[in-house]
Amino acid sequence: MDFNLTEDRQMLSNTLTRYLAERYQIEHRNSIAYKAPFHDPSKWKEMAKLGIFSALVNEADGGFGGAGADIAVVFEALGHALSCEPALPLLMATRLLNAARQNQAALLEGTAHYAVAIAEPDAPYDLSDITAIASDDHCLSGRKTSVYGGNIADYFLVAARAGDHLNLYQVHATDAEVVPYGLIDGGGAAEVLFDNTKAKLLIENAQSSLKDALDAGTVALCSEAVGMMDVTYQITIDYLKQRKQFGRPIGSFQVLQHRAVDMLTEIEQSRSITIKAASELGGPNASRYASMAKNMIGRSARLVAEEAIQMHGGIAMTWEYAVSHYAKRLIMIDHQLGDTDFHLHRVMGMLNST
Amino acid sequence: MDLNYSTTELAFQSEVQEFLADNLPNHIVSVVRAGDGLTKDMMDEWHSILKKKGWLAATWPKKFGGPGWTPVQKHIFEEEYCQAYAPRVVPFGVNMLGPVLHKFGTKEQQDTILPRILSGEDWWCQGYSEPGAGSDLASLKTQAERSGEYYIINGQKTWTTLGQYANKIFCLVRTSKEGKLQQGISFILVDLDTPGIEMRPIRLIEGGHEVNEVFFTDVRVPIANLVGEENKGWTIAKYLLSHERTGIAGVGFSMQALAEVKTIAATIKRGSKRLIDDPLFAARLAEVEIDLEAMKITNLRMLFRAQEQGSPGPETSILKIKGTVINQELRDLARRALGPLAAPFPGHFGESNILFGPPDTAFNAARYFNNRKASIFGGSNEIQRNILTKTMLEL
Repeated sequence: MDFNLTEDRQMLSNTLTRYLAERYQIEHRNSIAYKAPFHDPSKWKEMAKLGIFSALVNEADGGFGGAGADIAVVFEALGHALSCEPALPLLMATRLLNAARQNQAALLEGTAHYAVAIAEPDAPYDLSDITAIASDDHCLSGRKTSVYGGNIADYFLVAARAGDHLNLYQVHATDAEVVPYGLIDGGGAAEVLFDNTKAKLLIENAQSSLKDALDAGTVALCSEAVGMMDVTYQITIDYLKQRKQFGRPIGSFQVLQHRAVDMLTEIEQSRSITIKAASELGGPNASRYASMAKNMIGRSARLVAEEAIQMHGGIAMTWEYAVSHYAKRLIMIDHQLGDTDFHLHRVMGMLNST
Repeated sequence: MDLNYSTTELAFQSEVQEFLADNLPNHIVSVVRAGDGLTKDMMDEWHSILKKKGWLAATWPKKFGGPGWTPVQKHIFEEEYCQAYAPRVVPFGVNMLGPVLHKFGTKEQQDTILPRILSGEDWWCQGYSEPGAGSDLASLKTQAERSGEYYIINGQKTWTTLGQYANKIFCLVRTSKEGKLQQGISFILVDLDTPGIEMRPIRLIEGGHEVNEVFFTDVRVPIANLVGEENKGWTIAKYLLSHERTGIAGVGFSMQALAEVKTIAATIKRGSKRLIDDPLFAARLAEVEIDLEAMKITNLRMLFRAQEQGSPGPETSILKIKGTVINQELRDLARRALGPLAAPFPGHFGESNILFGPPDTAFNAARYFNNRKASIFGGSNEIQRNILTKTMLEL
């Protein structure tokens, strides 16, 4: 048993954290997060050069990482900086392209953008609800919603039904109707509409590959949330020490102290379950622990976001203040890859299995 | 990052499993399983089995007759122990007074008292809380006045767990009224046979007798029974509290409770449906299971830190808070799962052998009520939050 990071991962974490602290400060982040293209293309290329993306992929596929712990390290650092770069679609694309035995060089070099199109308006989280349909000659019809990174994608990796199978297709962005937009918590996405749109079949019967990509994406989101909660918590504690009312620091009031302790407790629990989910990624229990983690993160992220705003009393309601933006992302992460209830349902379905 | 045990730890795990399989008496397991009270004889019997193996004083270093285990080994032992439904070791002598004497006792105290703890000759209990000093322990009033070679003790202690079986008690007493409250407290050992001591039972909410109040009237205790220096007892009390926290998350007990809830919910029917298939019940159960899975890792992380840094940090208060709440949630689910079958008062079934629900579940309402104590004792969860405020938040 060892809870220390390996030397390589510690280096990866330090490199990325240092880079983000110098080049991706919150003011800069907020200046790019809410206007097209909703990320910073030059920083994206710099991160590719630093090898951050290669850390998400195993050696056989041209990377040097790819394990759950690698993903956790990268996304925790990204969450810390409140990055709005499309790293999640990149990660999920690496898993899917890997399963399809496709070359990932352009993706890892940061020269091509892939977006993963799974969710639909009436099938937000569950693969079995998907209705997008593929014809025998691989033409797609249907609407994909909230496709993260879809606003800048060169290619879409699309889950669609062909008869009894759920397959994975690749579509050139120029061949689909793409409606790009910004997100309330920063970053960009798109609605992607297919109307008998020509596609390339990548994986027939892609259920398990899609599940793996979703599990990996879920671990990434949970790690991102842990990074964001750490920052939000620290800013809140600092504020409790500085802010004076009734002639003393508000942190001297026990009612706030105990609520701050409860935030800390939930963050530590969230960190624990995320470590567990990361360590199970790729194994037979990956989905169960990913769901456990995402459910707990859904609960704790909301607690931390709402309590941080409340304890700041007014100031964290302003656009100017960093906590406002962390809080938005912490809340909206519940809308990605399955919310608190969806994942609770999945764990409920497995109560008998243990 | 590696959540797996090393090969030596795995070997140790099998050794513990084997020992428990071969030595844990069935008649004791069945009482633990049912959540019924163990008799003193059963506790003594189990202690002597552990003693023979050298595993009774699991937290003691080798030079005092303990196994000298690492924190991870202690954890593995605890985990397997709960898995096998072995009874809890009565902690007052072995896990509380023992470590205090290792650190603060004189050579003579160590030589005379420690072996008698191991042999079971002495059964210790704890005299800390008083009617007017619970969470605010430093305001305790039980007084010890010097008179020649003796202290004369007057006052009252309460919540003395299993005091009815004990022949000795370790007490915090006031030896000075000068300065801060904490500076006038001493740690002293008292023979319960001494004239002037009266022990009265306190009946608890579910009807059981596990705690007592102890009255001291002009009780003469030799000065040699003082542990550490006079008026330095608070340091010892704090040290003891930090030791009390090993295993405080109660993960093993919560895993027992989780398994029990699942068994009940898979057996009990609501009409034609099993309770476990009811989405509202399943949702509550799944949520606690998730919290417990996280708790397991939080526990291991802190254990790992204790192993790396030599001692557990203040964040163990997190384990106390979250661990007790999870356990209480599970006990609540077990009670509710049984529905009307949980209502009978155990012990009132007369001669009838009629079963209420699946086997070993009759005491669930009683266990639920009894377990409300968990968030109150050992420093209430509110006190734990105060500790974390000071140490982790630095507010």
